[in-house]
Amino acid sequence: MQSDTEKVTHSGPGTRFKPKLLPMDLAIKYGFLVLLLGLVIFFSLVAEGFAGPYSAVFIFQSVAITGILALGVTATLVVDGFDLSIGSVATTSLMLSSYVLVVWEMNAFVAVVACLAMGAIVGFINGLLIVKMRVPDLLATLGMMFLLIGLQRIPTQGRSIATGMILPDGRVTEGVFSKAFLALGRHRFDFFIENLIPVSVIVLLVIGFLVWGFMELTRHGRLMYAIGSNERAASLAGASVNKYKILAYMISGVLASVGGILLAARLGRGDIASGNNLLLDSVAAALIGFAVLGAAKPNAFGTIIGALFIGILLQGLTMMNAPYYTQDFVKGAVLVVALVFTFALSRRGGVH
Amino acid sequence: MTDTVVSLEYLGGKLVQNTAVKITDITKAFGANNVLSGINLELNSGQVTVLMGANGAGKSTLVKVLCGVHRANSGTIRLYGEAFSPTTPSEAIRAGVVTVHQSINDGVIPDLDIASNLMLDHLAKPGGGFFLNKRKNHAEARKVAAAMALDVDVTQLVSELGLADRQLVAIARAMAHKPKLLILDEPTSSLSAIEAKRLFELLDHLRKSGVAILYISHRMSDIRRIADRIVSMRDGKISGVFEDSPLDYESAVNAMLGYSMTDVDIAIPEAGEPVMQLNDISLRPESQPFSLDLHSNEVVAITGLVGSGKTELAAVLFGLSEPCSGQMKLLGKTYRPCSQRQAIEAGVFLCPKDRANNAVVQGFDITKNITLPFLKRHATFSFLNSRSEHATAQRTIPNLGIVCQSDTDDIGSLSGGNQQKVMIGRWLAEKSNFLLLDEPFQGVDIKARRDIGHKIRETAVGRATLVLVAEMDEALEIADRILVMFDHTVIGDHRNQDIDLKLVLAQVAGQQSEQTGSTEYAI
Repeated sequence: MQSDTEKVTHSGPGTRFKPKLLPMDLAIKYGFLVLLLGLVIFFSLVAEGFAGPYSAVFIFQSVAITGILALGVTATLVVDGFDLSIGSVATTSLMLSSYVLVVWEMNAFVAVVACLAMGAIVGFINGLLIVKMRVPDLLATLGMMFLLIGLQRIPTQGRSIATGMILPDGRVTEGVFSKAFLALGRHRFDFFIENLIPVSVIVLLVIGFLVWGFMELTRHGRLMYAIGSNERAASLAGASVNKYKILAYMISGVLASVGGILLAARLGRGDIASGNNLLLDSVAAALIGFAVLGAAKPNAFGTIIGALFIGILLQGLTMMNAPYYTQDFVKGAVLVVALVFTFALSRRGGVH
Repeated sequence: MTDTVVSLEYLGGKLVQNTAVKITDITKAFGANNVLSGINLELNSGQVTVLMGANGAGKSTLVKVLCGVHRANSGTIRLYGEAFSPTTPSEAIRAGVVTVHQSINDGVIPDLDIASNLMLDHLAKPGGGFFLNKRKNHAEARKVAAAMALDVDVTQLVSELGLADRQLVAIARAMAHKPKLLILDEPTSSLSAIEAKRLFELLDHLRKSGVAILYISHRMSDIRRIADRIVSMRDGKISGVFEDSPLDYESAVNAMLGYSMTDVDIAIPEAGEPVMQLNDISLRPESQPFSLDLHSNEVVAITGLVGSGKTELAAVLFGLSEPCSGQMKLLGKTYRPCSQRQAIEAGVFLCPKDRANNAVVQGFDITKNITLPFLKRHATFSFLNSRSEHATAQRTIPNLGIVCQSDTDDIGSLSGGNQQKVMIGRWLAEKSNFLLLDEPFQGVDIKARRDIGHKIRETAVGRATLVLVAEMDEALEIADRILVMFDHTVIGDHRNQDIDLKLVLAQVAGQQSEQTGSTEYAI
């Protein structure tokens, strides 16, 4: 992996002094995909068992939830906003679905609908805070993050939710995670090999496709990009800026709650300590996505590649027996390199 | 800073014109694109050199090389004999080359008070002491402001100032450096006539003290007032230097454009039915109400000083704000838009001023910038039809003479004039009942200005067109009818035929009586 990064960073300054910009453009456009490919080849050669369908599925599964949240972050980045509350929305959704199933003893459908509604409401409130109350986006969603982290602990006095736990009023819970709900996290579809593709991966692909289509193919997506680039111009061209901004935060909230549902279904309990890394990982994925194909803007395809990149890197390092505590460092380093790709290398020539 | 003072002192009281800046064979290319190809130019101390050039001629690039933003590919610059090749803007400033950029907010920090803005570069100077002496700072700032005849409270925040005052603060800040070469890039583009006059007085004063001044402008009135010498640029080369008095303005324009511009002849068409009717509108609670009919087929220009209420009128017409009193009628029906969307749906389009902030969407290509307001027209069930979008763009590009490689060029790769053409094309792409253009000629060269004006007049049939301009030349060039605004009301209405310019100018200056004689706002 080391050698690959060097190759790419060297090609940068080397080409800068030549009048021809072609190699530079290529590096910007395909650099990250080449890096990804190089990474896969490198791990396949070095780490035993990396190149196999089950390893691939494991990566996809670990990437799926991060990727879904990252798509939400992407939606807010498109309108030049930012959502710091996604991680806590996901964990709130995890706790809420567990509460509905285990304490209220309702079915999977109610649990899912309750979580999606919660995500939409949180996103709507975020949007209102930003658009109507004029709170800066980072601060509004930071406040919401703290609020939710606290809120999700109140009903259970800070304890995890599982069948048989004792509630604050002394009652013992009897509800269980229904089979249908657990299937969301644990069922695997056959794909050439039996039990290969997990549900979460399908959900990621479907949501990724929907977000991509919405942003790239519809006029709503176009207007959201316009708002992100020049809000005033978009407004003077007749776009309902406030509505689209609120919509972006609602998309973000709903997708984060989907991530939480999948996490709950995989864990099978309302684990209070899960999901700590979700915020940073998904933000990193969305920002790495800027660099993919030289887009230099938030985009759904890049976001998924970004999530995949982190997933492959971590899986490979784990299989090479790198200690767990080096993971955050590696993620940070990748993010910094990706940001350099986006901002330093693709911002040339714009000023004449 | 001290060596500046010395060099100026030994010039003594007399106006010795020695070479302050000598530019030799400067070239600069962006990629394969040669922007400057061998510039040779001398700038003398105590002289205002006006640099003219169409958009894309390389003026801004030359300025950016001088002020340390870009590095030249080859060639040398000498500043009073010493080699000068700044790598950063602050290096250029320390060497005595100070620039006031066109975009005002580059020159000031809105959240600080005026005093801090004026003294900012002293505060940023290395070794300036750790603690801030507020009283001394204010006193120094007051001195700088007084020298500029800038009558402001230095403790006021810059964000509370109007555009024009901000510009003057930016210039005052540049002056605090005691520059050897002062570069002004379109400094009057947002100043009113009175403020511009103050600026020119200041430049006269600086000229006497031996500063070399490079002044970039499109405004003929500024150039006539201030130029000692005109340098014309075209296609990255110096195409003419004019320094014999009286200056030959026509040849200078000629050298810049490569051919001469004829005066525009306005053929006033038959006005149709009234499209937009304003009845006893008052823009401010205390302002005089006025009534106005704008007819189909006719192009009306409203002129007036900065702050005369033109922008407020545009806001009312486009649904950005409500009038204090009065009614509006569009095609005979009551018109009261609550949002931009409603105005656009009623066929009332606004092409706003200050394209960088209000119109251009950076990161979008030409096509996306053109189709932005009418995406519904290019979409089925919200899904965009890119073929229909490109068809519109490919119609617009030759129509307005936009110079580009293709309709997928990034908007940022176009020159200012071409960007403005794209913005005009955006609103000409659909049929409107009433088209409102606020300063459509802002920061564009004379050729682009004629192109745009011609296109607006050519398409005017079937709609009412209202153009808001500060410059009289522009109004005379485009309008069938010229209205004058002063103090938030309309005080003059002239048919653009054998027009009494003296009267119009007197009205612009707010003098209602006709016997005021000559006015200081002469064009």
